[in-house]
Amino acid sequence: MTTVDGPVLPKLIGERVKRREDPRLIQGQATYVDDIKLPGMLHLAFKRSDIAHGIIQSIDTSAAEAMEGVELVITGAELAEHLGPMPIGTPFPAPDHYSVATDRVRYVGEPVAVVVAEDRYLARDAADAIEVEYEELPAVVDPEAAMEPGSTTLHEGFERNIAVESYWGGTGVNPETAQPEDDSAVDAAFAEADVVVTQRMLNQRLAPNAMEPRGVVAHYEPGREYLTVWSATQNPHILRTLVAALMGLGEHQVRAVAPEVGGGFGCKINIYGEEYAAAALSRLVKAPVKWIEDRTEAFLTTTHGRDLLGYIDLAAKSDGTITGLKARIIADIGAYEVLLTAMIPTLTGLMMNGVYRLPVVRHELTEVFTNKTPTDAYRGAGRPEGLYFLERAVDMLARELDMDPGEIRRKNFVPADEFPFATQGGLVYDSGNYEPCLDKALEVADWQGLLAERDAARAEGRIVGVGLAFYVEVCGLGPSAVVPTGGWEHSGVTVERGGKVTATTGASPHGQGNETTFAQMLADHFSIPLEDITILHGDTSVVKQGIGTFGSRSQAVGGAALISAAGKAGDKMKQFAAALMTDQEVSPEDLVFEDGRIQVEGAPEVSKTFAEVADFAYVPVPLPPGMEPGISEEAFFEPENNTYPFGCHISMVEMDRETGETKLLKLIAVDDCGNVINPLIVEGQVHGGLAQGIGQAMFEEVVYDEDGQPVTASFMDYVMPRAADLPTFELDRTVTTTPINPLGAKGVGEAGTIGSTPCVVNAAVDALSPFGVTHIEMPLRPERVWRLIQENGGQS
Amino acid sequence: MSEPVPITINVNGRRRSAMVEARLLLVHYLRENLNLTGTHVGCDTSQCGACTVLLDGRSTKSCTVFAVLADGSEVQTIEGLADGDELHPLQDGFWEEHGLQCGYCTPGMIMSAANLLQENPSPSEDEIREGISGNLCRCTGYQHIVNAIQHAAERMAQS
Ligand code: FES
Ligand code: FES
Repeated sequence: MTTVDGPVLPKLIGERVKRREDPRLIQGQATYVDDIKLPGMLHLAFKRSDIAHGIIQSIDTSAAEAMEGVELVITGAELAEHLGPMPIGTPFPAPDHYSVATDRVRYVGEPVAVVVAEDRYLARDAADAIEVEYEELPAVVDPEAAMEPGSTTLHEGFERNIAVESYWGGTGVNPETAQPEDDSAVDAAFAEADVVVTQRMLNQRLAPNAMEPRGVVAHYEPGREYLTVWSATQNPHILRTLVAALMGLGEHQVRAVAPEVGGGFGCKINIYGEEYAAAALSRLVKAPVKWIEDRTEAFLTTTHGRDLLGYIDLAAKSDGTITGLKARIIADIGAYEVLLTAMIPTLTGLMMNGVYRLPVVRHELTEVFTNKTPTDAYRGAGRPEGLYFLERAVDMLARELDMDPGEIRRKNFVPADEFPFATQGGLVYDSGNYEPCLDKALEVADWQGLLAERDAARAEGRIVGVGLAFYVEVCGLGPSAVVPTGGWEHSGVTVERGGKVTATTGASPHGQGNETTFAQMLADHFSIPLEDITILHGDTSVVKQGIGTFGSRSQAVGGAALISAAGKAGDKMKQFAAALMTDQEVSPEDLVFEDGRIQVEGAPEVSKTFAEVADFAYVPVPLPPGMEPGISEEAFFEPENNTYPFGCHISMVEMDRETGETKLLKLIAVDDCGNVINPLIVEGQVHGGLAQGIGQAMFEEVVYDEDGQPVTASFMDYVMPRAADLPTFELDRTVTTTPINPLGAKGVGEAGTIGSTPCVVNAAVDALSPFGVTHIEMPLRPERVWRLIQENGGQS
Repeated sequence: MSEPVPITINVNGRRRSAMVEARLLLVHYLRENLNLTGTHVGCDTSQCGACTVLLDGRSTKSCTVFAVLADGSEVQTIEGLADGDELHPLQDGFWEEHGLQCGYCTPGMIMSAANLLQENPSPSEDEIREGISGNLCRCTGYQHIVNAIQHAAERMAQS
C-alpha cells in the first residue's frame, strides 16, 4: 500500500479520552454565574414567606427603603404590573403563578417582595427589614387528606386540590379521553390470578441539590432594547423563549447564556420566578442585576423531585408468570405547577411496564396540590418512581412464590425477538435484549456466591441481604410530539480557514462532557486531531437554535444533529477537494477523510490536506460551478422515537442490630445504553446516578411538619451521600444498539438512578425478611430499621 | 454597619491588604475583593466543602472564617496550586481519572485532598473516603475522585 508522510490518527470513538473541559475546572478558571461581574451591577434579595399558607395582609417596606444603598423595594403585587403569570410547558390546566406572590402564599420560601441594592449583604439586610403580615390559613400537607371533600383548597377552581386526574393508557382505557372504558380484562386478570401482591409504597420527596445553587444575572440595555440573561440553566434556548414572552420582547431581543453550570439533575430545567424577576427589574432600574441563591433558599424554592405514593397490585400465576398490574398513583406536586410539573408523574405510569410482557396493565394517576415546594424533574424524572414500584412488587412476588429474583424476571422478560415492542401504555421500545444483561450481572456479581456469603453471614447472626432490580427507561427525549418545547436538537459545524473546526450544539451541558464526546465524534468524522476542534454551547447568540440537556438526550438527539451537520460540511469539503483535483478526474463520491487528508479511497497519494481544502473554500478561485464559498452547515435532528436503555443492578447490604444502621457492602451495575462514545464519561455518569439512587434508598428525604414547615432545609438535616457511605461500584455493560439514531447510542445520564434504588431496598427487605418484614419505606433510616427489628423482638 | 477593619493576608504567595467589613467572610473576600472565583460557595451551614482553601497550610472551609480572622495568615486557593504551568499532581490526577463532572465541588475537593496527602502521603481507599467526607459532590459518586487522589499520591511518592 502506498503511504504518505504525516501522522496516523487513531479512531477516538469508544476511547477513554480525557475531558477537554477539565483544565479550566481544575485550575479555578471556569466562569459560573456567580463569577460574572458587570459594571454598575446591583444585587437582588427576595423576602420570602415563613408560613406555608396564608393571605398577605400588608407589606411594610419603609425600613428597607430607608437604607442607604437600597435602590428599589418592590412587592409581588407591584411587580405583577410588569410581569404576568409564569408560563408552563405542559398542556394541563394550571392556576396562575406569579414570579413573586401577589396576594397569597402557598409554601414556605415563596417570595413576596424583592430588594435591589448595591451589594449582596446590604440587599439581604434590607429584605430582612421588610415586615409582612399574613392571615394564616390551614396548611395542606398530606396529599391524601388534601383530596378529601371539604379540605382547604390552595387554588380556586381546583376542587379537592386535584390538578390532574387521569388514566394513562393501559388495558381498556381510551387514550383519547384518558378514561377507562372496559374493565373486564383487568378484573379477569386479578380474579383468575393464583397470587396477588398488594403494597402501598412511598417514593419520597427529594431535593436535587446540584452543588452550584441557582443564580441569574440580567442586563437590559434600553438603548438597544436588548436583554441578556446569564443563568445556571440546563436549557438557555427555552429560557430565551419564555423570558422574551413574559417581558413582551421577541426572541431576537433576548440573548440567554448558560455559562459554566454546576450540575442540574433536572432542577435547572424550569425557568424560575427569580429569573423573570431579574429580567424585569433590570429593565426597571436600568442596570444589570444579579441574584445568587443560597442553600437554604435552594431547599425551599428550587423544585423538588419524586413524592409519589403508589398503591400497587400485581397478579401472577403460581409459576411466576405475571398476568396483570394495577397502579394507583398519587403525586404530591406541591403548591404550583411549574414548567414540567404535571408531566413528570405521567412518565411513571407509562414506564411501569418495565422489561416485562404484561398482558394487562391499568394505571390511575392523581396529581395533588399541597403547601410544599413545587415538584419538577429530578434525575430520572418519573422513571425511577415507576421502576421502583414495579421492581419492588416483582420482588415481593418472587418472595411470595419463593422464586429467585433473577429467574422470576427472566420468565417475564419481553423476548429479544419481539422488538420493537409495543407496551400496553402505548410506548414502543426500540430495541432490547434483556437476558444477556441479566446473565452478565449475575456473573459479575457472582450471584450464587453472594447468596452463600449472605447465608454464612446470617449463620453468624449478622443481618445481611442481597437484592436485584432490572430496569428499562426512556431516553433521548423527543420526539417533538411528546416534548412541549419541541423534541429536536440543533447543531452547526463550520470548517475554518486552516482546517480547524468549530461546532455548536443546543444540548447545553452542565457536567456531561459534551465538549469532549462531540469533539471525539468530529475528529473521527473528519479524521483530524481532537485539538483542532472546538465545541461551543450554552449561548443563544452563538448557538443558533437548541432545546437543551435533559432526559438523557445529549448523545441520542444532540449527537445525531452534530453528525448530520458534519455530514453536510463534509460533503462540501469533498466537493471543494474534488475541484482542487480536477487534473486527476476525481469525483466527490470517491473521496474519504483519512489522517488529516481528503483522499481517493485506498489511494492516499491522490489527496489534498484538510487544511488546503479549507483554505480553498474561503478563497475559491475559480469558484467551482454551482457552489457557494465557505463551509458552515447546520442541521436539526428530529428523532422518530425515544430510546429505551436498560440494565440490571445487584446489591448487598448489612444492618446493625443495635443501631439499625444500614451499610451498603456491594453494588454491581450492568447497564446497556447502546453504543458508547467515551467509556470513561459513561462510567462517570453511571457512578453519579448510582450515588443519587442509593441516596434515595438510604439517606435522602425532604420532610415537612404538620404546619407545612420544612424540617430538612440544610445539609445538616437533609442527608446527602458522602464518600465514606458508598462502596466501590462494579460496572459492566452489554451493547444493544438503537435504530433510532445514526450513532446507535441510547443515553445514560439517568440509568444509575433508576436501577439502584429498588435494588438496594430489595436487598434491605431481604436482610430483614428473617424478621418477617416484607416491605420497608425509604430512606433506610436507622430508626426505621431498628424498629422493624425490635417489633420482632430483635430475633430473626 | 461596623467600621472597616484593615487586614493583610498572604494569598497564593502575594501580600494583599484591604479595608473590610468585620462580617465579611473569607470566601467572599477571596471571590469579590480579589476575584479569585475558583473557590466556590455551595451551602450556608459549612457542610459542603466547596469553599475549602488552605489556611496556614490546613484545609479550612473559608465560609466559616471572617476575613479579619485570617489577618496575618497565609491562604492558598486552587488558583495558587499549580507550579506555574505545571499542574499539581492532584489536578493532574483529577484530570486523568475523570474526577470531576460539573467541576463545582472540584476546587474544594482538591484542596481537601491536598491537606489529606500532606498528613497521610499514601492513604488507603477507606482513608481517602473518610478524608474527603467533609466535601460533597453530587455528580461523580466519588469513585473517580478516590482514583484521582490515589493517582496523585502515587505520583507524589515517585517524585
Ligand atoms: S460553602 Fe463552605 S462548606 Fe459549603
Ligand atoms: S463534579 Fe459536580 S459536584 Fe462534584
